[in-house]
Amino acid sequence: MNFGFSEEQDTIRETLARMLGDHATLEVAHTRLDSGEGFDTATWSALAEGGWLGLAMSEAHGGSGMGAVELAILAEEVGRCMAAVPCLPVLCMAVPALQSAGTEDQRRSLLPGIAEGRTIIAMALAEGGGLAPDTVSAKVAQGRLSGQKSPVTFGAEATHALVAATDEEDTPRLYLADLTASGVTTSALDPIDRTRPTAEIVFDNAPVELLPGSDPAAIYRLLSGAAVLAAFEQIGLAGRALALTTAYAGERHAFGRPIGGFQAVKHRLADMFAKIELARSNAFFGAWALASGDSRLPEAAAVARLSALDAVQFVTEESIQLHGGIGFTWAADPHLFLRRGWQLKAELGPAVLWRERLIDNLADAPWAAS
Amino acid sequence: MDFSDSPEEATFRAKARDWLNANATLRDGSEKAQDHFMARDADEVARARDWQARKAKAGWAGLTWPRAFGGRDATPIEQVIWNQEEGRYAVPPNVFLIGIGLVGPTVMIHGTQSQKTAVLPRALTGEDIWCQLFSEPAAGSDLAGIRTRARRDGDDWVISGQKVWTSGAHYSSHGILLARTDPQVPKHKGMTMFLVDMSDPAIETRPIRQISGGASFNEVFIDDLRVPDSARLGGESEGWKVALTTLMNERFSISVGRASGGARAEELIALATRVERNGRPAIQDGEVRARIADFVARQRGLEFTSYRVMTSLSRGDAPGEEGSIGKLLLGKLRQEMGAFGLELAGTAAGVSAGADDDAARWRNEYLTAPGNRIAGGSDEIQRTIIGERILGLPPEMRVDKTVPFSEL
Repeated sequence: MNFGFSEEQDTIRETLARMLGDHATLEVAHTRLDSGEGFDTATWSALAEGGWLGLAMSEAHGGSGMGAVELAILAEEVGRCMAAVPCLPVLCMAVPALQSAGTEDQRRSLLPGIAEGRTIIAMALAEGGGLAPDTVSAKVAQGRLSGQKSPVTFGAEATHALVAATDEEDTPRLYLADLTASGVTTSALDPIDRTRPTAEIVFDNAPVELLPGSDPAAIYRLLSGAAVLAAFEQIGLAGRALALTTAYAGERHAFGRPIGGFQAVKHRLADMFAKIELARSNAFFGAWALASGDSRLPEAAAVARLSALDAVQFVTEESIQLHGGIGFTWAADPHLFLRRGWQLKAELGPAVLWRERLIDNLADAPWAAS
Repeated sequence: MDFSDSPEEATFRAKARDWLNANATLRDGSEKAQDHFMARDADEVARARDWQARKAKAGWAGLTWPRAFGGRDATPIEQVIWNQEEGRYAVPPNVFLIGIGLVGPTVMIHGTQSQKTAVLPRALTGEDIWCQLFSEPAAGSDLAGIRTRARRDGDDWVISGQKVWTSGAHYSSHGILLARTDPQVPKHKGMTMFLVDMSDPAIETRPIRQISGGASFNEVFIDDLRVPDSARLGGESEGWKVALTTLMNERFSISVGRASGGARAEELIALATRVERNGRPAIQDGEVRARIADFVARQRGLEFTSYRVMTSLSRGDAPGEEGSIGKLLLGKLRQEMGAFGLELAGTAAGVSAGADDDAARWRNEYLTAPGNRIAGGSDEIQRTIIGERILGLPPEMRVDKTVPFSEL
């Protein structure tokens, strides 16, 4: 057993942190929040130039053939620097979907473009407040898709989307849609985190192409993997929010000493830290289960997701409180993390959904019957 | 990142399993609930001694001890593997945790050759059972505030005072005792550590009954206990340094043993499948499912946190403050799970019809957990450790650090 990162993986993290730190600063995040200009194309291009977007693709597809653990490191660093980039939908969902359920032709035509940053594939899994494969009303008949998908993260910026829709036998599947095709209408929504642009996409008899390996089980597997990788992004942002708040508590003086010296503040920061580390431990197990194809992935993903959601909500809320009045202002940093946290929560569904999945999974276990 | 055994670990696990299969019986769920570390009666102590002797003879005792002291030079992860495997069998409680986990390593570092010879082999084989005479009525979280006095008398020391919360003192043969030898210097500087024989008539042990009804810890009264200077462990006035070695090893022992403490959240699923709420199996109730799911997520997180700690220990890092995370979260989780297990019984919550029924089981969990939140450092102490040593926040104000103890 080895429950840590290798030296090579530590080096990847350092390189990424340096590169992202140069591009995606909190000043940049504030500017984007004010302007409502979501997608940070400069950071995405820098990731492409560094070869990071092809991290988990085979070399034949223009990637560097690394695995889920390295992708998790990327997700955590993206979360830490709060970059406004579609790491989760494109790298953690669309790429694995194409790899596991797409055709070789689809992979050959799309993966190199993703690695170069030209192709952005959004995930259109949500509609009506629910998530595929449980909630799907969009339909495909004879290669044409009709339905409405919302919210779709980076939907307006994407070149393509993987859309959950039922086939002619009413089975939920994934379809590849070219968003420039006729019959596709995209309109921007107003998300709680304006640095993570979100859209509604209406398909009216739009031409689509099936990912033949996609069925409800494949969509669940995809969501499990995404939940693990999203947990790393959540841990990254929560860790940054904690670091920021800890630093503030060390600088801000009241009653003649730094407020971080008072137990009421110190102990709350300790609780924030403990929640993040608990989430990190679950995310580690999830990353291993994902990388090794272990059968416990659905359970690992659910616990990683649940503890990450809990950590992010507690840490980002308390970060505002511990900053006092300044923490409640638009110009201060804490609300950036709160907003991103909610967006990441919404995209893969709230805790209630994952609790159900976890108990369904465990209640099937043989010991539960006894 | 690899959760599975390395080839060496798999070999170790197979060997452990072979030996356990030949020497113990697998649990089948019919066993009476028992504490992992505390014996309830003389019979359990005797069975524990016998089991320890057999383990020692076969080379499965004191796994992480160096070979020179009779150990196996095992890695922390191998210790975890052993704990996992042994945990599958119906074996008596490990009443030797303090002797092997805390006292042994402290003696290896601070003891004289004759202390090593006298203490280590007998601790390993289970002939001696050790207790930790640290806490006092006026010194718990603030351990350096102890008042038990040891005075020089010729070549001997004479010790008087009172210890409290001493787990297993009533069946221990020996104790590691922290005493004040110089009250004229600040509190951390005037202490000395001793190894004492619990059968001496100058030591009186009185069990304390806990809220769970059990009596696993004690008050220990020491009235003019005379020990030779050879009973001193480490230098005179160097007791705090020696105590820190013991406490560091306590953290380590807790880290490797931690994941196995208390009920599993899955047991609540099994319970919720058996009982009803609103006229249907409780496991179909949304609130019940949500609560149990959160328990599972927290318990898995604690288990994997202990594996992260193991990994860093195996890479040669000293047992650090990360152990405080598990310590902080475990007791509260166990308490909430115990409460929920009781709640599932509805109006019959807390009412037991027999010693081994669900109510008795969850009542015991609920009434044991508060102790987990205090023993080995309270929740508040753990938060302060995390805040100061991990997050680097300013330390607590201390008015007593430089003042002679006698003037406090």
